[in-house]
Amino acid sequence: MKKLLNDPADLVAESLRGVERAHPELRVDHENRIIYRADAPVSGKVGLLSGGGSGHEPAHAGFIGPGMLDAVCAGEVFTSPVPDQMAEATKNIDGGAGVLHLVWNYTGDVMNFDMAAELAAAETDTTVEAVVMNDDVAVEDSLFTAGRRGTGAAIPVEKIVGAAAEQGRSLSELADLARRVNDNSRSMGMALTSCTVPAKGSPTFDLPEDEIEIGIGIHGEPGRRRVPLASAHDIAQMLVDPVLADRDFTGGEGVLVFVNGMGATPMLELYLMYNEVAALLDKAGIVPVRTLVGPYVTSLDMAGCSVTITRLDDELLRLWDAPVATAGLRWGM
Amino acid sequence: MAGVDNDTLQRWLRAFAASVAEQKDALTALDAAIGDADHGANMDRGMAAVVAFLDATPPADPAALFKQTGMTLVKSVGGASGPLYGTLFLRMAPATGGAGALEPDVFAKALRAGLDGVVARGKAELGDKTMVDALAPALDALDAALAAGEPLAEALRAASDAADRGRDETTPMLARKGRASYLGERSIGHQDPGATSAALLLAAAASVVADQEAA
Repeated sequence: MKKLLNDPADLVAESLRGVERAHPELRVDHENRIIYRADAPVSGKVGLLSGGGSGHEPAHAGFIGPGMLDAVCAGEVFTSPVPDQMAEATKNIDGGAGVLHLVWNYTGDVMNFDMAAELAAAETDTTVEAVVMNDDVAVEDSLFTAGRRGTGAAIPVEKIVGAAAEQGRSLSELADLARRVNDNSRSMGMALTSCTVPAKGSPTFDLPEDEIEIGIGIHGEPGRRRVPLASAHDIAQMLVDPVLADRDFTGGEGVLVFVNGMGATPMLELYLMYNEVAALLDKAGIVPVRTLVGPYVTSLDMAGCSVTITRLDDELLRLWDAPVATAGLRWGM
Repeated sequence: MAGVDNDTLQRWLRAFAASVAEQKDALTALDAAIGDADHGANMDRGMAAVVAFLDATPPADPAALFKQTGMTLVKSVGGASGPLYGTLFLRMAPATGGAGALEPDVFAKALRAGLDGVVARGKAELGDKTMVDALAPALDALDAALAAGEPLAEALRAASDAADRGRDETTPMLARKGRASYLGERSIGHQDPGATSAALLLAAAASVVADQEAA
């Protein structure tokens, strides 16, 4: 393993020190591993809390700030944060209008956020609602799985709900909006390489030079199937086809197309992928009206990409375009 | 014997912590195959935190011991294992009825309450390829052996053997819960890491209670 490290055990703690130094507009509670926008709680605004394991940067702390999240809880690498952290953050971002938990659908995250909501209810008078994000079409959503994973949809959900929260909308309206954006989004990812969890020190799985994994998540776990390495053209098809087969994306104002890098794939390749994806959408009569290309939801040093498509109506489009000021997304202010 | 006393229960937790530390890499390797390669590291961090409070301020009775163990695991493990192992111990606490030493049937009932908590939290059923596949047959074997009049040490040995068998039987199973379920058919052929750590928990109980009776 060759990484920028002092001691693998200190990775998350020391990275949070760096976040604090680099971003004076954020406040870091190192003991509880919570990152807040510095002006939290914002009076009268619903507080938005997300979080998850570390290793997905800029998710999650990169999306804290005006127009997006109020706080996130950071877990160990690929490990959900714990209920005490979430309950503490919930209490501290309640500006009097309640707190919305935006939960990525993973067994651990869902259980920990459930316990956090129970703690918050027992210890404070904060009203909490939770919306689980589950957009990954690689997983069959059935009683026989933990349900679809939360992947790229979190970016449009957090951005759009963040904009609506700034407008002063109520907790229940925001929860409905979050569910609507999630329902309008589908994702599919692939890996060219595995990734190395620092505490383990070697790649999570072996992937020969001439093979790729299709249908991966964001934790270095193997995907649904392994196939021979293919051209970007063919890989785009393998990602876009199942997304389009799962939902109708025609109509409305068009779609947001999000080509996400898994951490070790250059932008040069991601734009090439965007070109392939856009051509396939064009052929299907789907109109990309907004795009996001880059590493936003990563899996440590994995090479590969995912494609998320979100159907936008007039309201969602306006909220996507609304000002945002975070380390990861910044426009309009 | 008078039952499992508070000292033995603390030795149980220390013994579990020691086997988790020893098997840390093996647990993580199992998790790398069908999960996200952190089960060993996470359980080791949690049990090290449990040992730390046992060293600093050992709780006075089994109920306090289980409660603090549960809270410590929930706080320090994260992932799915934190809430699941945490809930196991948190639910054991009230089931002790405040006793200073646990009669065999009370210890068995406490473990059963813990398992019920795990099932309620994780919504896993037998055969889903989870820790329940080791715990449920183990507690059935424990109850059966106690009902047959066997001493607790023997009954826990039977429970530990049943947990090991349950753990082994997870290998051909198709995962239906947790991250392994994302793999679908590809989860078949791998031993479940949660069932593996759960079997270590039962093995540690059998070992320390046998030692207590021998002493």
